[in-house]
Amino acid sequence: MCLGVPGKVIRIMENYVATVDVNGNQTDISIRLTPEVELGQYVLVHAGFAMEIIDEEAAQETMFLLEELRSYD
Amino acid sequence: MTEDKAYMKQLLQEIQAEKQDYSLMEVCGTHTMAIAKSGVRGLTPPNLKLLSGPGCPVCVTAQGDIDAVIELVRQPGICLLTFGDMMRVPGTDSSLQDERSRGADIRVVYSPLDAVTAAQNMPDKQVVFLGIGFETTAPAVGITIEEAMRKGLENFSVLSLHKLVPPALELIFSDPEIRVDGLICPGHVSAVIGLEPYRILAEKYSKPCVITGFETLDVLEGIVMLLRQLHKGEAKVEIQYRRVVKKEGNPVALATMERVFQSTGARWRGLGFIPETGLELAPAYEKMDARKRFNMGDIEDVPIKGCACGEVLTGKITPHECALFGKGCTPLRPIGPCMVSHEGACAAYYRYTPHRNSSKERANENR
Repeated sequence: MCLGVPGKVIRIMENYVATVDVNGNQTDISIRLTPEVELGQYVLVHAGFAMEIIDEEAAQETMFLLEELRSYD
Repeated sequence: MTEDKAYMKQLLQEIQAEKQDYSLMEVCGTHTMAIAKSGVRGLTPPNLKLLSGPGCPVCVTAQGDIDAVIELVRQPGICLLTFGDMMRVPGTDSSLQDERSRGADIRVVYSPLDAVTAAQNMPDKQVVFLGIGFETTAPAVGITIEEAMRKGLENFSVLSLHKLVPPALELIFSDPEIRVDGLICPGHVSAVIGLEPYRILAEKYSKPCVITGFETLDVLEGIVMLLRQLHKGEAKVEIQYRRVVKKEGNPVALATMERVFQSTGARWRGLGFIPETGLELAPAYEKMDARKRFNMGDIEDVPIKGCACGEVLTGKITPHECALFGKGCTPLRPIGPCMVSHEGACAAYYRYTPHRNSSKERANENR
């Protein structure tokens, strides 16, 4: 139920509506919960809303952190 | 990708080398599915248990609440809009799907905002949105309620069955019958609520918590992070799912929930009535509360004979240990909600590990 899919914001319109591209499918969603989102960013889409902006750089972080910890083991 | 594969192998080796007995619990239907689908459960050593907790909003909905929804749709002039997961959940003598086939106006929507459009398009109907879900979904429903208010819709209301995750976790942690050593925290609930609610729980009950994503790699990383904390005797909250979850959560979503809802007692399947674990509409939005508009009373929970969903939801038994699993209760003819919802533990087990005697369970029995 809490399923979320990543989508790329390709258009921002009036009233906090944005078009996102999810795997090639375009759909309009509400960005009222992420009003600061910018064109080209990825968001997590849940129930027709952008729930959160996805930070791709941070995605790599955990991986590096674990690698680092391992080197201390 | 090759890098990912090598890294995954490393993580898996670390998990498989675990010699201690630990029980790790996830409390998110999407994790239940991810763990079942990826085969991670079958790859962990028998001493490392992966339990499913009360993480599927449809599954934790009390029988009486489902019966109340069914009673509501039997009233003339009502159009109920709901997420698809609810359609087949069995009430005591019917389901929403059954009611629809008997003529009730029930429609499945993807976004709660579709309910606002429906209310505008059908001024002669009372449009009720069935609000179900945890902190992930409640802010979206909150925005929807505000939108309907702005548009001055008189024929729109929400029946809120929303529930909150952290207080349910507290109940699990304090139950001596349930052994949980570490918690795989739900990724998308945490995207809203952030780290703080878990920090309080981790400290109070000395349980490590790791907010985890949903790819196989995420799940493996989350498990390794928990094991490392357990080895060091730590009970911290860490975020594995950094690409989505921020320490402070989503402040806009939290503020929306704060404006539109207030906490209230809620009934959970398997856990019973827990104060302050549900959300009802705040006084300013009360006129859009379906419960009040249609004078809905509380309907008593009638237990389903032989159904062990309550025990499954609290990790007391695995789906395989339910006497009905696969015998009488199947996804095609489900008896309890855990077999209905795509994300229910029983449905996930049935789909990916349907046989009681998987190699892991045989190993357990031989120990």
